[in-house]
This record gives sequence, structure tokens and C-alpha cells, in this order.
Amino acid sequence: MATLLVTIALVGSNMDAILKQSVTFEVRQQVTDNKQLVASFASPDELDSFITAQIEQRIKVLGLDEPWYSPPRLGLTMYKILLLDFGHATFLTSDSGSSDVKDILLEKLPRTILLFTTATIIVSLIGIFLGALSASKINSKIDRLTSTFAIISSSFPVWWIGMLMIFAFAFVYQIFPARATPLIPVTDPGYVVALLYHMTLPLISLVLIGFGAWAYLVRNFMIGVLQEDFITAKQAIGIPEKKILYRHALKNAAPPIVTVLALSLSGSLGGAIITEAVFDWPGMGRLYFEAINVLDLPVIIGATYVLTAFFLGSIFLADILYAYFDPRVRTG
Amino acid sequence: MNRKEIFHEFSKSKIGLAGIGILGMLFALSVIAVITIPVDTFKEWNDPSSWINYPKTSQPAWINYFSSEKIPEHKILTNPQTSSQTTGEISIISQYYVIDYSYDGFPSDFIFEYSAQYSGAPLLKMLVTRPDGLKIDLMSRSLPQSDSFIYSEQIFSTDDSVKKNLRKNSNNFVFPIDLLSAEDVVFSETGQNKILKGKYVFQVNFYNVDSIVDIKSSKLILGGKVYGIIGTDELRRDLAVGLLWGTPLALFIGIAVAIGSVVIGLIYGVYAGYKGKKTDEALMRFNDVIYALPALPLLIILAVTIGNSIFLIVGFLVIFGWVGVAKVSRSMAIQIKTLQYIESAKIMGQKDIKIIFKHILPQLLPYTFASIAISVPAAITTEAGLSFLGLGDPTFPTWGQILHDANSFGAAARGLWWWILPPGIMIAITGLAFVFIGSAMDKIANPRLKR
Repeated sequence: MATLLVTIALVGSNMDAILKQSVTFEVRQQVTDNKQLVASFASPDELDSFITAQIEQRIKVLGLDEPWYSPPRLGLTMYKILLLDFGHATFLTSDSGSSDVKDILLEKLPRTILLFTTATIIVSLIGIFLGALSASKINSKIDRLTSTFAIISSSFPVWWIGMLMIFAFAFVYQIFPARATPLIPVTDPGYVVALLYHMTLPLISLVLIGFGAWAYLVRNFMIGVLQEDFITAKQAIGIPEKKILYRHALKNAAPPIVTVLALSLSGSLGGAIITEAVFDWPGMGRLYFEAINVLDLPVIIGATYVLTAFFLGSIFLADILYAYFDPRVRTG
Repeated sequence: MNRKEIFHEFSKSKIGLAGIGILGMLFALSVIAVITIPVDTFKEWNDPSSWINYPKTSQPAWINYFSSEKIPEHKILTNPQTSSQTTGEISIISQYYVIDYSYDGFPSDFIFEYSAQYSGAPLLKMLVTRPDGLKIDLMSRSLPQSDSFIYSEQIFSTDDSVKKNLRKNSNNFVFPIDLLSAEDVVFSETGQNKILKGKYVFQVNFYNVDSIVDIKSSKLILGGKVYGIIGTDELRRDLAVGLLWGTPLALFIGIAVAIGSVVIGLIYGVYAGYKGKKTDEALMRFNDVIYALPALPLLIILAVTIGNSIFLIVGFLVIFGWVGVAKVSRSMAIQIKTLQYIESAKIMGQKDIKIIFKHILPQLLPYTFASIAISVPAAITTEAGLSFLGLGDPTFPTWGQILHDANSFGAAARGLWWWILPPGIMIAITGLAFVFIGSAMDKIANPRLKR
């Protein structure tokens, strides 16, 4: 909610100016197109005053005569957004040609989720496995390698690794295409395959840059758990080391891991903006970027809303999951 | 823990010292950049006309050490040997540019650029003496009539009169030269169209009657395919200049954002934690609201709608940076405020502000330094990301903007590695330095992490 308010506050005045302009343009066009109406005026001045009156009337009907921050307008805007009615995009259209912001968003969102959710899942699987492994063998080679890799990979920007990937796999070894947008039309049955093929390069980059930090995180959580008494007790009973590690210790380290997972899932959607711009992936991030470049405000507001909704949703989900894994927080 | 102990602990940490070492090098680079490259040069970064003398998308010069074939280097010759002689009314000023050409390819072009002050209408004659002794006239033209004005001009190898003059030499070459460009003929063997290595002397004569031509400046540019330490980009800009100047900018952005957000977060968090009750509740709710804002989308909107000067961007980054610090320092303050010496200070009637600044904040000093160091890399990468999207400050191009240009010219898919690798590596090195320092400081601040 706060995000929306901030966004509206930031873009509100610009939006009004653009809306007013478009109303003016529309009315002028309508009047001049109507030859009979034009002919019924005696002088151009009369025509002009008629048009001005029409424009003013139209602006009043749309409520544009009040500033964007007046309570009824602000309320109406918020109400509309809550109903997922973002209006029509000024410049951008979806692939199927619709300019309804909802259509555009619904078309781009699955692609972003496809790419980034897949990446996050792969990253977290590798990370959890590697992190658990290095936590069980502290100061071993694997542990040191993981920590070093985590520190180094976290200081590279993902999009830069993406550019290197394009250089390596699209220029030096021409295995994958440099641009992630498939050239064949959406309706083609081979589209899904092509999309997956084009997805490989961004996916590899995201995984490569992501799993080090994950492994490091999981390692640190796991080290804490592995020092607990119940682990020592289980070791004393003679439960196999692997079973202790992956079943008992991991379960106890789960709450913070799940929290971070949920946050990084939604965070990846925000970070997608730059990554998608590099790979030209036709998802939410690139839509956002394009919308900002042409200042297509309905799209910006819509995309921000969806991003924020995902963000808040995942925080909420993380809280619930935390309570599920760690019953101690349920009362309180 | 006092300052001496912190310093002692820190000097024991190898990683911390490595970080300090890298940081020192980066600072040295910044100083070198500020001293050697004037700010004016850097401000002309986005002005294509100031880079006209540089080659287009050329690789770094050291590539020649690794390849068997020597790629011609871009040469800008500025210090010619000058001789003048006067016979009667006619004075001649001659400039000699000596080039020892030992590369395995033809240069891409050559340009003679000069500005001269003269009266009358002097005659300019340009000729080249090749290693095999052949003299080729390249150009002779009379300069426009002037009365001690300064006249400047560039003579390109693609000039028609150069071609015309070359055609007169066609009987010296066994192959047809009509369709070849000027540099391919001038630097070619006579027997076959292959590069002729050796000493070339480009001579430019200015003939004038009655008065002497005063040459203010002149240079001969031999267009090559490799240039400098880092090479150049599509817009002929010397990437070394951009990279060098990017260092102080990145350090400024990173450190300013980190200090700004950590100080704000610290004071905010400690105040909330110390005051407790309703103040704490209200302050922390506000903190949560900021925390729930998705940073990058809002940063982009801010940069688009409000402005993208470098100071504004630092401010925007601070807005999103202080939240985490505030949370942690609040919980630390809650722990510290229950200690007896704080209670006794309170009972003695010490003011809240004084207790916070004198008794609580000093306790958090190690944590403060650690979190400043840790938040620098994030600030640098976020700024680089914004610049990469083309939303950075255009008057101060940063590493991110170099990468933005690289991406918009499709450098990755075209294999222009020298345009992509160095800025990213610089970003990563800077980040690493601070991460190293941060993790060393973190171990001092949280002894539990040691193990």
C-alpha cells in the first residue's frame, strides 16, 4: 500500500499532464472529424471555443480538474488498482496486440516466474546440499571452496556475469542465442521449446551467481544447529551421519532458510529488471524497463503493484512457513 | 573493546589486510586519475567530437604480446622534427614524422591535423618517404587566403587529392592500385600488395612568400586496430580514461552511501531501542514500511521522475540502505540499555541524547565499521545497475555506464571483451575489498563467528 502511494505520488503529476494532453488531442480529433459539426460554425474562433469547452467538460468528467492528490481521486485510483484495473497502456502493447495493462502483465508475468522461480529452485537445491555438506565438514576443502566462491560471486553483478555468458556462449562458442526472445510467433507449437532453449543462458548465469551465497548461508545456519545437544545425542545413538545431517539437522535449520528463500524469490523478481534487460528476456523486468523508458505510467503502476504484491505475499508466506517449521513462534 | 584492541585484532586477520591492500591500491588509482587526467577531459566523455582522434573499437595494445601477428597500433605522433629555411622571399617550414612500422597489417587510415597562423596563401605539401626509398607525393594544396588568422584543418587519407596523387605512382606498383585505399598503397610492397615494414618518414612542407607560417599545433595520426591499455569503444573513447575516473566515483558513491545509511540507521535504531515503548513501536512500524518497499523498482522511478545527478542517487540509495542497520542496532541498544552503567547514568539525571551518544553508540563502534564496509559493495553494484539501465548521472560516467554503452552496442555478442571485462572486474575488486574488510571487522564485532 505504501509503495503504491509512493509510486502514485511520484508519477501522479506527470500522469495527469499526459492524460490531459491525450484528452485534448482526442476531442480535437473527434470534432474535426465530424465535418457537419465543423461546417455549422461560422468562424474558426467559434469552433475553437467550442472545442475548448468540450475539452474542459471532458476533463471535469474524468476528474482531472482536481489535482491527483485530492482524496476522491486518490481513493478512486487506489480502488481501481485494488480491483486490478490499471487502465490502458499509453504506448506499450502485449504480443497479441492488446493495450490493456492487465493483459500485458498477465502475458509477461508467467515468463518471469518461469525463469526466476526455476533459477531460485535450482539455486536453493544446490545451495542447501552444498551448504549442508560444508557444514558437516568445517574447514575441509569443500567448505573453504564454498566460502570463497560465495564471497567472490556475491561481489559480481548478475547482469555482468550475464554479459560474460553471452560473450562466452553466443560469441566464442555459438551454442546459445544471445537474445532470449524467441523469433517464432507465440502461436507456433514449437514456441515453448524455443522459449526453454532461449532460457538456458540466463538460467545458467542466475544459478552460477546465486548458489555460492546460498550455500554459505545454509552452512552458517547448519553450523549453529549441528552444535546443539540433540545432534550429539543422535550421533551417540548411532544414527547414520547422513541421516542426521539431511533429516534432523536440516529440518531444524529450515525456518531461517525458508524465510530467506521466500524473500529471495520475491527479491529475484525485482532484480529481474536488469537481468532481463541484458538477456532481452520478454518478462516483467523488461516490460518495466521499457515502460520507464517511454514513461508509460499505467504500465509502471501496474508492474510496481504486481511486484509489491509478490513481495508482500512472500513475506506473509515466509511468516506462515516459519510458524509451521518452528512452533515456538506460534504463540506470541 | 578499545580502539587499540580493535586495531590489533584487525592486523591479525589476513583477509582484512588483503582488503585494506586492495583498497589502498584503488585509492592510489583514484589519486593517479585525478592528477593525470583533468576533469575536463572526463566531462567530455559523452562528447564524440573530443574523441575523434582515437580509433574505433580497438583492442588493448598489449594483445600484440600474445599474438604472433602484430596488429597495427594506433599512433598519435605529436612531436615532429621541424626545420625551416628561407631562400629569398620564400620560406619553407618542414615537419618530419618518423614512424618505424613493424606491424603485420595495414593501418586503418592516417590523418594529419594542424592549426597554423599565417598571412597570405601558403602552399602545403605532404609527402612520404618509404623504407625502399620511394618518395610519394600525397597532397599539395594552397591554404585559403588569410591575414594572420589561425587556420586549422584535418587531412584525411581518404581525401580525393591524396588518391589522385597516388595514382601518379601507379607505374611503381606491379598491381593495380586504383581501387585500393591510400594507406593500403602507401604501406605496401611494390611487388605485391603486402605490408612493407621499416622506417617511414612523413614530411609536411609549408611554403609561403614573405612571411613565415607559424604552426601552432600539428599531429599525425596513424589509425590502428589496437590502442592503449584497455582499448577503445565504439564511440572511439579511450576506455582507460573511463575506468580510471570511474574508480574515485565508485569509491565516493559506495562510501558515501554506506556511511550515510549506517549513521542514519544506527541513530534511528539506537534511539528507538533506547526509548522503547510507543516511540519504539512507531519508529519500527515506519521501518517496516520502508523495508517492505521493493528497492530497485522504486529507485528506478525515483531516478526517472526526480533526477539522476550523482548526489541524488547517493541520497536515494541511502533511503533504502538504513533499514537493516536500524533493526540490528535497535536490538543491540535494547541489550545495552539494561546494563547497569546506563541505568546509573539515567538515575544521575543524564540527558537521553547524551546517554545515547556517549554511552551506547561507542559500544556499537566495531559493528558500525563492519556494517559500513559490508554495505559498500551493495551500494556500488546497485548504482552500477542503475547506470547500466541508463539512469546514471550522464555528466559523471561510471563503470556501470561503460557497461550500459557496451550492452547497447551489443558488445557481448560481438566479442568486444575488452569493453565488458575491465569495468565488471573493477566493480568486483572494489566490492571484494570492502567485503574482506567487512568480514574481518565482523569477526571482531561478533566474536561468536570465530570458531
